[in-house]
Amino acid sequence: MNITRLDKARDLTFKRQVEEESGQNLSACYQCGKCTAGCPSAQVYDRQVSQIMRAVQMGLKEEALKNRSLWLCLSCSTCSSRCPNNIDVAAVMETLRNMARREGWVQDRPIETFWKSFLDTVKYTGRSYELGVMAGFMARTLRGWGNVEIAPTALMKNKMPFIPSVIHGREEVARIFQRYADKEDRS
Amino acid sequence: MKYAYYPGCSGHGSSVEYEVSTRAVCNALGMDIVEIEDWNCCGSTPAHSVSHELSGALAARNLMQAAKTGADCVISPCPSCSSNLKMALWRMQKPAFKADVDALLDAPTPANEQGGADLLETYSVLQAIVENVGIDQVASRVAYPLEGIKVVTYYGCLLSRPAHVAKFDDPNNPVSLDNILKALGAEVLPFALKTECCGAAMGIPDVNIPGTLSGRILETAKAVGAEAVVTACPLCHMNLDLRQRQAARITKNRPFELPVFYYTQLLALAFGLPENTMRFDKLAVNPKPLLDKIAERRDARVMAAYNEARKAAGV
Repeated sequence: MNITRLDKARDLTFKRQVEEESGQNLSACYQCGKCTAGCPSAQVYDRQVSQIMRAVQMGLKEEALKNRSLWLCLSCSTCSSRCPNNIDVAAVMETLRNMARREGWVQDRPIETFWKSFLDTVKYTGRSYELGVMAGFMARTLRGWGNVEIAPTALMKNKMPFIPSVIHGREEVARIFQRYADKEDRS
Repeated sequence: MKYAYYPGCSGHGSSVEYEVSTRAVCNALGMDIVEIEDWNCCGSTPAHSVSHELSGALAARNLMQAAKTGADCVISPCPSCSSNLKMALWRMQKPAFKADVDALLDAPTPANEQGGADLLETYSVLQAIVENVGIDQVASRVAYPLEGIKVVTYYGCLLSRPAHVAKFDDPNNPVSLDNILKALGAEVLPFALKTECCGAAMGIPDVNIPGTLSGRILETAKAVGAEAVVTACPLCHMNLDLRQRQAARITKNRPFELPVFYYTQLLALAFGLPENTMRFDKLAVNPKPLLDKIAERRDARVMAAYNEARKAAGV
């Protein structure tokens, strides 16, 4: 059992920051657990979504941000649609995910690397490119072999073109990524 | 009504059949669509999971390109794309967020009187068909009904969620696809997992996630007696069709052999459009036995009606 001394660990500016960024009133959560009950990823979470909501309410920053659940969240918004107090729980989870990245507290590297591989193809061509995403992900992590199983059908049905679709405005898109990276570096 | 059309990246790769059939159906329904010139990827889940501003900027470039078409609104067949474009405009109604997005773009987005972004609204093609064209219009176009084949409709997460942004159908029990399929002459079975997540793109890092979730969806569809699953999302389709064998193995089931269609393929079929607008050859699970069954039932029905007419005429 973990014992947390709230007088020491509590960070209420963190709670306010989450409320502001997500646009949600976290005090409205009365811990009914409907979000957790409907969550399709609950079985693989190390912290349930209702526990994360409680941690934010209490201002327990590390508890809320250092968990794999934020990365395993499928962004399906089932939690939001079932919350009896109309909290957009998925928006809170996403805010926390964005914050955890900024703090350098990514708890699931492969998923983060998959997103990076995806965004890289967009940065270079202007569009996402399925084969490029796979290749980038596998080269970086040496994982993803489970997907080899579907490759023959995908290739035979010509569902994964070898040649990426490159747009004229790709440099314009690359500049969006560059400005975003510059902004990240500054903060 | 003129629509700026945003195909989405998968339309050029894994969901060619969705792209081709969507265009054919829109044309058949008299929808005036023009593709957005030089559109870019909306960033999908990876972009909004990393940063809302980055996701907003990728969407905003598309919405600015869309404005050049002179259309009334944007439509996209892909729920993830339409959700991202909707969400970006919704968030950009806050002037502070709009400013953050503008800072990432070559040129700022136009502003409305309240200081929010003044860009076109986005809808899914499904929403445009249901709300603008109407089910009656769809029904009147049916030349070859689906002869009562038993289907379950699978919506996935994003068509009607989050409700305050999607503003379409019911977030927990949507019925728009059901109504379309009924109009086409299919029997739509009650299905509890209509909006249960299929596992989305998590298959790339870990095949067990979509394997488990999609396996349960297919298992339930089979258990209620479905002969096919009908969906409107390229990613759901990939998990349910291309990964179907994998899902069966992971959930310790025998192969489901359950065909998974895009609703637009079945619209094209029922409208009697040319075969190359359906691209059934692209599906991983062979739909031919079911398509043959539809054709057989039709022949039997037509034959029976013919004999009935002959009898009535006293021949």
